Parts: sequence; C-alpha cells; structure tokens
Amino acid sequence: MTITRDDVLIWIKDYARVVEENHIMLTNLDREIGDADHGANMRRGFKVVLEKLSSVEEKDIGAILKSVGMTLLSKVGGAAGPLYSTIFMKAGNTIGAKMEMEVGDWAQALDAGINGIAVLGKAQPNDKTMLDALYPALDALKTAINNGSSCGEALQKSAEAAHDGMLATIPLVARKGRASYLGERSAGHQDPGATSTYLLIKSAADVWADC
Amino acid sequence: MKKLINNAEDVVKEELKGIELAHPDLVKVFYDPDFIVRADSPVQGKVALVSGGGSGHEPMHGGFVGKGMLDAACPGAVFTSPTPDQMLEATKAVDGGAGVLHIVKNYTGDVMNFEMAADMARDEGIEVESVLVDDDVAVEDSTWTAGRRGVGLTVVMEKIVGAAAEEGRSLKECADLARKVNNQGRSMGMALTSCVVPHVGTPSFDLPEDEMEIGIGIHGEPGRHREKLAPADEITEMLLDPIVGDLPFVEGDEVLLFVNSMGGTPLIELYIVYRKAVELLEAKGIKVVRNLIGPYITSLEMAGASITLLKMDEDMKKLWDAPVKTAGMRWGI
Repeated sequence: MTITRDDVLIWIKDYARVVEENHIMLTNLDREIGDADHGANMRRGFKVVLEKLSSVEEKDIGAILKSVGMTLLSKVGGAAGPLYSTIFMKAGNTIGAKMEMEVGDWAQALDAGINGIAVLGKAQPNDKTMLDALYPALDALKTAINNGSSCGEALQKSAEAAHDGMLATIPLVARKGRASYLGERSAGHQDPGATSTYLLIKSAADVWADC
Repeated sequence: MKKLINNAEDVVKEELKGIELAHPDLVKVFYDPDFIVRADSPVQGKVALVSGGGSGHEPMHGGFVGKGMLDAACPGAVFTSPTPDQMLEATKAVDGGAGVLHIVKNYTGDVMNFEMAADMARDEGIEVESVLVDDDVAVEDSTWTAGRRGVGLTVVMEKIVGAAAEEGRSLKECADLARKVNNQGRSMGMALTSCVVPHVGTPSFDLPEDEMEIGIGIHGEPGRHREKLAPADEITEMLLDPIVGDLPFVEGDEVLLFVNSMGGTPLIELYIVYRKAVELLEAKGIKVVRNLIGPYITSLEMAGASITLLKMDEDMKKLWDAPVKTAGMRWGI
C-alpha cells in the first residue's frame, strides 16, 4: 500500500520514455497555437534527467524529485521549464526525506506542485493551460482517497480526470502563454501543456497500479 | 533552408565564440551556463543591468553589453527564453554591491525564468529589481492575454537606463526610470516575409508574395491582421496611427523615433519609412527630437520593420546622448 523510492524512479524513467514517444505529437499541438517547441523542449529536459538520475538514485524521494526539478529548470527553457521544475521541486519539498510514501502523501505533494504552478503562471482554471488537466486530477485523487479507494484505484481516477480535463481544453480560448495572442483562434485546439501533464499523471497511475 | 551556419544546434555557441573573439575590449563570454558580461565587470558601486532573451534578435541583447548600457546579457536558444541558472550566474558576476536590475521582455517564459532567477539571487543576498517591457500595441486586449509583448522599446530602455546607472543612480531610481520609459513608449511592427528558425528548418509562417502581416511580434507570432502589400507610406501610417493613438502622443510632445529593421529590410527602406513617419508626426504637432534607425531588434532574416515612439523629457534626452560603447551601439566615446 505504499509507493517506494524505487517506484518513484520507475515513474520518472517511464515518463521520460512517454515524452520520447510523444514529443512530435506535443510539438505539433504547440505548432497550432504556440511556437512549436514544447515536445522538443521536454525531450531535451528529460534526456538530461535520465542521464543524471543514477547520481541520485540512492537518495530519498524528496531529494530525487528536487534533483529532477533543478535539471528541468536549467535544460528546458521557455515557460515549460520553470513550470515543470516547480511541480517537481514543490512536490519534493512536501514529501521530504522519505524512502516511501502513502497515496495521501502523493496527493499533498501534487497539491503543493499545482499551487506552485498557479502562483508562478498566475493562471486560473479554464485559461487553457496545464492546470486544466492538473486541477481535475487532484480533485479526483482526493475524492477517491476520502471515499476509501485503494491507492491504485485512486491514481486511476486521477488519470481519468486529467484526461477529461485535457480534452476539455479544446474549445477553450487561451488566456495565458503565447497561445493567448491568437485570441478566438486558439479555440478548437488541445492545449499542449495540458497534454504533457495528463501524460505525467497517467504514467504515475500506470506504473504505480499495484501500490 | 539556406543559411550561413554549420550545425543548427551549434548556432548560439559559435556566435558567442565569435563575439568573444571580436570584442575582447568590451565583453567577456562565459559558457555553460552561457552569458556575456562587460569586460570590466563587476563595476563596484554601480547598479548592474542584466537582460536576456531568446537568440535570433541580434544585436539585442549581447550587442548591447558594455559601458553605458548592459552589464550582462543571457542568450537562450533561438527564440527560446534563457534559463534561470544563466540569469543567476550573470547576476552574481556583475553585482557591484549597488544591486542588479533585470530588464525583462513580457513573454510568459522570459517572465517566469527571470522571476525564479531573481528569487535565487535574493536568497544569495543580492538586491534585485525587475522591470517589464510591454510596448507592443499590436496586442489589443491585454486583460485576457499574456499581455503586450516587449519589443522595440527594450533597446531604448537599455540605453537610457544604462546611462542612468553609469552616472551613479540608485537601484530604485534606475527601476523607476525604466518603468517611466515603459509607460511613455509604444511600438508596432510588420513583416514582409517570414523567417526560418535554424533547428526548425521551415518558415515560421506562410506569407504569400503579395501579402504582409501587420502587428507582428519578434518571433513570427501572428499580428493584428494580414493584408495586401501596400506602398511604404501607407504601411508607415498603419504602424504609426495605432502607436500615436494608444498612449496617446499629443501635440507639443517631444519624441524619440526609432525605425527598426526586422533583419532583412535594408537601411534604404528604413529611411523611406523614417521620412514619412516624421512627416505624419509633424502634421500632428509632435516633434521628433532624437532618433535611431537600423537593425537593432531583429527576427533573424525576416524582412519588415517596426516603429517605436518614446515621449521624452530633458532627463531622458540627456541620458540618451550620454556616451555608450557596445558592439551594437556606440557614440560619445
């Protein structure tokens, strides 16, 4: 019923694989309403994350997540760099020096990461950003935990809600980021940031299914 | 793609090496993280100015590092914001004990990365103030967008505030002056052609031979509207009217008029635009007291131009005339 340090390492490696498999799709989404570099930037960042992971894999969960955050900060650039970095650093700070965590710890970590993003990006729900996948994911996770769902079930609900949130960005008009310059023309396109964050939440639900 | 490059991924590093070899009297270049500082930095007791942004806008910002302008510039990948580690190291390298002013163009990525760098620098005990440049009137609705973009006025702000720092003004005075420049300046640009980002290899947008994009950003972002190509005088009016109406600039104002090339447009055409802009301003009773004409904030090889107007007072005029010695701008020295 716990998520161990090794599970966290598996999740990071799995997400790096997911980014590698989907970077062209992410860049194409960004080409429609942004500047066509989201997939390329994420790919560059997670390649270096993988290279550096061996140097921290003996450490605690908090240290590992913070190390990932620092790498993303210096390697991704653009807006995605600071935003993804913030998720990992705030989550790492919240979990702290633990070698294993409960799903409730994960919910708290996600909460802190999402709050960090909201403050940094000054974004509200329905601005057509990564928050539109993350807020529903967190709400579903907390509700499932309160209803007594198992760890794996709660993560699955969280991933489903993130997926719905991602799709719900399609009709929205962007109010933040470079897509906002398009105004009404941004409607009808799925947000690239919401897509890559859905993939992050889904990766956790997939690899921690038996937690 | 036809470009004078070796490998697309080496473009910024090789450019920096060239700058280092060309201007050892003006700058020092650091790598990994990449940044450029004044050769004599840190200047003790002087407020230090740090700016940065994606590459591809040369001479901005690296070409403006030197006496009377910037203390440091952080180049990102082409059209991509630099990262906080670059900004932090640059800030530490130029801090002369009087504080550091970050000049940030209003793009989501630039704002976030500079904000994180400023926090980190403050944690290390350095006094940091940040000012935003958001002068592009082409972005009409700034309540529901990321806000107006920082474009041509950035160059003018870096010159004026750089002179203020050089004469010993405090961090707060420099930041207040920068905000005043931002409040009194407006810009708008247009494109005749698109540009090709080296690592992308294809044009950022398609622009038919007989059309132009009015209200373009500096990364090939969309403008206000696209229309049929028109004579230079009409285009000048299309750019100048929204600028004048926005502040608004009024009869009796004294202004700096900056006509900028987006990279591919030659000086001969900029002077044609300048001539018409002066005529239109004079007709409104607005007096051009200073000017700047040339490629200073570019979008790679894009053909097109932007116009920037700044309402000037005596202090700004004096600071504009003060000596400056950088690779991209040099007078009075």
